[in-house]
Amino acid sequence: MTTVPDRRPSAPAFELETRDEGATVVLSGSWTLQDLGPRLRSLRKALVALGKRQGLQWDLRAVERLDSAAAVVLWQIWRGQRPQSLSLRPEHDRMLQRVASQPARAARPRRHPLTALADVLAMLGSELHEHVRGALILPGEITLDLLYILRHPAQIPWREISASIHSAGFRALMITGFVGMLIGVVVSYLSAIELQLYGADTYIVDILGISVVRELGPLLAAILVAGRSGSSMTAHLGVMRMDQELDAMAAIGISPTRRLVLPRVLGLGIAMPLIVLWTSAAALLGGMISANHELGISFGQFVAALPSALPMANYWIAVGKGVLFGVLIALTACYFGLRIRPNSESLGRETTNSVVAGITITLIADAVLAIVLQGVGYP
Amino acid sequence: MSRDCVLALDHVHTRYGGEVVHDDVTLCVWRNEVLGLVGGSGSGKTTLLRQMIGLEHPHSGSVSLFGTRLDRVGPRRERDLRDRCGVLFQGGALFSSLTVFDNIALPLREKRLLDEPAIARLVSLKLDMVGLSWRDESRMPAELSGGMIKRVALARALALEPGLLLLDEPTSGLDPMSGEGFVSLIESLRESLELTVVLISHDVDTLVDLCDRIAVLADHRIVAIGPLADVLASEHPFAHGFFHGRHAQGALRGRYRS
Repeated sequence: MTTVPDRRPSAPAFELETRDEGATVVLSGSWTLQDLGPRLRSLRKALVALGKRQGLQWDLRAVERLDSAAAVVLWQIWRGQRPQSLSLRPEHDRMLQRVASQPARAARPRRHPLTALADVLAMLGSELHEHVRGALILPGEITLDLLYILRHPAQIPWREISASIHSAGFRALMITGFVGMLIGVVVSYLSAIELQLYGADTYIVDILGISVVRELGPLLAAILVAGRSGSSMTAHLGVMRMDQELDAMAAIGISPTRRLVLPRVLGLGIAMPLIVLWTSAAALLGGMISANHELGISFGQFVAALPSALPMANYWIAVGKGVLFGVLIALTACYFGLRIRPNSESLGRETTNSVVAGITITLIADAVLAIVLQGVGYP
Repeated sequence: MSRDCVLALDHVHTRYGGEVVHDDVTLCVWRNEVLGLVGGSGSGKTTLLRQMIGLEHPHSGSVSLFGTRLDRVGPRRERDLRDRCGVLFQGGALFSSLTVFDNIALPLREKRLLDEPAIARLVSLKLDMVGLSWRDESRMPAELSGGMIKRVALARALALEPGLLLLDEPTSGLDPMSGEGFVSLIESLRESLELTVVLISHDVDTLVDLCDRIAVLADHRIVAIGPLADVLASEHPFAHGFFHGRHAQGALRGRYRS
């Protein structure tokens, strides 16, 4: 098949002619946005200068095409008034009339700064109110759902729970293990320098054991999981909201909290303590390697000293923190996921909020636990 | 009417994995015509539309836009060519974080040719053209009904005064009256500009009212193309079923006498 090369319309142009009836601006060529292109600025400037003259005649009969953009530009040049003497083709006249019939838009009313401030405060207040309400309602709903499925064991969403453990737990092993090990190496290395000064080399086991198992392991795991799995939970629920999947679920009669939120909360509640133990183990391994290298403490010595330096209670604290952090992160992620409105901006904003809030809530819970468990688990 | 191809598909083959979507599709869209494209669900109409503006490239064969082969131009020239096309996507594809006004103004602002007052006037003109009022300007896409989303999307497609308009199911989701309004809108646009339209539709009313020619995409190729009478005479099972079904007959009876 042959295609004929693009037939270029003639360029838009104008001329000032002196006719019997007076000075006349003659427009010709194709007056469309595409053909005007970069020429628009200079043409417009020249025509605006001309437009100021009184009693000017306008002849647009030689214009081949006139689109609405060009009509709007001409209308602006004429300062919103049809020139007294204007001749043009009927189809172009219709276009011009269409432009002329648009009501001049009133400028957006400017608001008083105090009103604007009051609006911002009101918005913040209502948002706070919404969050407090949401923070009470969602855990309540989840508790009711939990009681419901305990009474109806056939409806326990095993598949969803398993999928959630897989995606939020198993898939996080690599990154948590790697980061845990690096942190172990760093803590051990820095402590070793200080301990060597005092000849207290063997205390490295105590320092590493307590700090890693009790604090760093659970916190590291929580921060990584909040960033990784929390954000994905939020975004997933948000996209389901955008695609009306949540509405469809509700229409079929499935409770979105029971089918979507509960399995995620349970899944992360199960997976998180395991991730915490895994991260702590990786950090201890990293610490052991570093201690061996810096202080010459063999792996055997390290492992043998661990039980006396680190009472069993610490492991239970770690597991307990894992469950608590997991549940908190999943609840936060789902809360923000369900808040997402069907637009892309909201998706991005709530996902960020979810991660920030997830990490903050975890840290607050950790601080409370540190105070509550002050006397527990020290050798 | 001149007979140059504004848009030409030349022996286009498309495959997704092992699945053949288009097997030797050749098509020429003439200047200032409205070409209807019909085909069953999943027959590759939307893929073809995406190829027409270079969003996808065929496996082999070529697509020419305004006489320029898309596979032989750089990205900049391709963008220039694409600027001359208005596209209405099937789902509207409005930017969900922008208001109706900003959605329509976006292509105009991107071009940096017009000042804000001119853009404002143009936007309300386009809104008026598609039957919406300036009161809808500040609404967000999430607050609009399906039919209104289509209209705003059409207004945005028209924003840059395109020479070629590609419409993917423009009347689906519109009530019959809005559908008729849409038909008269396209007709009036054609009158004032040399507008070429490719229209994908299942709506026989719209096709009959608007199209100069209809192309039928079935069995991975164009099985019939021509004015309505030619396509009606086609023996291909899909074309026959499409135009001789009960609904189509109702639509054809009132309007078309062969």
